[in-house]
Amino acid sequence: MAPVGPRTGDAIFSNVERVNAELFTLTYGAIVRQLLTDLEEVEEVNKQLDQMGYNIGIRLIDEFLAKSNVSRCIDFKETAETIAKVGFKMFLGVTASVTNWDADGTCCSIVLEDNPLVDFVELPDTCQGLYYCNILSGVIRGALEMVSMKTEVTWVRDMLRGDDAFELQVKLLKQVPEEYPYKDDE
Amino acid sequence: MGREVSESCVDSLLTEMVSSYCDRFYANKPELAARRIEAIGFQVGHQLSERYTMERPRFSDHLEAIKFICKDFWSELFKKQIDNLKTNHRGTFVLQDNRFRWLARMSVDPSSEGGDLSQDNSAGAPENKAAQATSMHLYFPCGIIRGALSNLGIPCAVSADISNLPACSFVVRIKA
Repeated sequence: MAPVGPRTGDAIFSNVERVNAELFTLTYGAIVRQLLTDLEEVEEVNKQLDQMGYNIGIRLIDEFLAKSNVSRCIDFKETAETIAKVGFKMFLGVTASVTNWDADGTCCSIVLEDNPLVDFVELPDTCQGLYYCNILSGVIRGALEMVSMKTEVTWVRDMLRGDDAFELQVKLLKQVPEEYPYKDDE
Repeated sequence: MGREVSESCVDSLLTEMVSSYCDRFYANKPELAARRIEAIGFQVGHQLSERYTMERPRFSDHLEAIKFICKDFWSELFKKQIDNLKTNHRGTFVLQDNRFRWLARMSVDPSSEGGDLSQDNSAGAPENKAAQATSMHLYFPCGIIRGALSNLGIPCAVSADISNLPACSFVVRIKA
C-alpha cells in the first residue's frame, strides 16, 4: 500500500511504537526541575538542556532517515519543511510550520502551536530567563550537523513567556561539504 | 486514548538524562548521580500516581495500593501489567516484569554482577561499566515506584534485581 519514496509524518507516527505522552512530559519536567536544583544558574540549565538535545539529535537523525525514507533535500528550504512536517510529527506527534524566510533562504522560523513538552507546565517567577524547551533547539542543531549543516537555533517566541506560539529561528551558518573516507582517485 | 509521543522520545530522553548525570554532572560520584536519577523518577512517579488516582477511592491497605501499581499504573506506562507479584506478608513485595521495556534495548552482561542494587546501599557498585550503566538506568523506574507509593501515603524503599534478564524484579520494602 505504501508507495516507495518519502513517507509522511502521519504515516510514520501511526506505525512507530508510541507511549503515553504524560510520561514523557512529566519526565522532561522533572529533569528540568532537577537541573535547576543542581546547577542553580538558569543560564547553565539552558546550556545543559541544549547540550542534551544536541546529543539526542546526533543519534535521532539515523532513526529519522531510516524511517522517513526521505532523499537528500535540495536546499535548506526543503530541509526546514521536512523537519517541521515529518520530524516533529514522527517523534512528538505534532506538526510545525515554517515561516519568516529571509531573502537568501538561509534563515527561517519553525513555529509550533502545540507542544507536548509543556503540557501542565507553568514557570514560577524564579525561572525567568529559562528556555524551558531548549532541548528542542539542541535536537535540531545536532540532527542537522549530522547531515553536514551547521546551524544556530534560537527561540524567538515562547508560550511559557506569554507568547502565542513557540517559534524557533533556524539559521544556516555553513554547509559542510561531505567528506568521504577515501579519495576518488585512490 | 490520550496524547502519545513516539517511544524513541522517551528512550532518548532517559538515555541522555542518565548519561548527563553519570558522565558529565557527577562523573566521579556515581552515588550522587544515582540519587539524582532516583529523585527525578520519584518526582515523575509522584505526579503520575496523583493523576491516575484522582477519581478513585482511597486504597484500603498496602496490598490494594501495590496491586494498583502492578495493574493500572504499569499499564499506563508500559501497556502491560506486572507479570508476577510476591509478598512475604511483612511489608516486602516483589514485582516482576518478565520483559522490562526499558532494559530491552540495553545489552547487559548478567554474569558480571548479581544485579541487586539498592538505593540505600551504593557501596557495592559494579565494576563493569555496562552493568553500572544498566543499574544507573534502573534508579529511574525504582524512583517512579517509590514516588507513586509515597503519593499514596506509603513510604518505602525500592530496589531492582536483574539477575533473571530480560526479567526485572522491583523489590518494595515498606517502612513500618
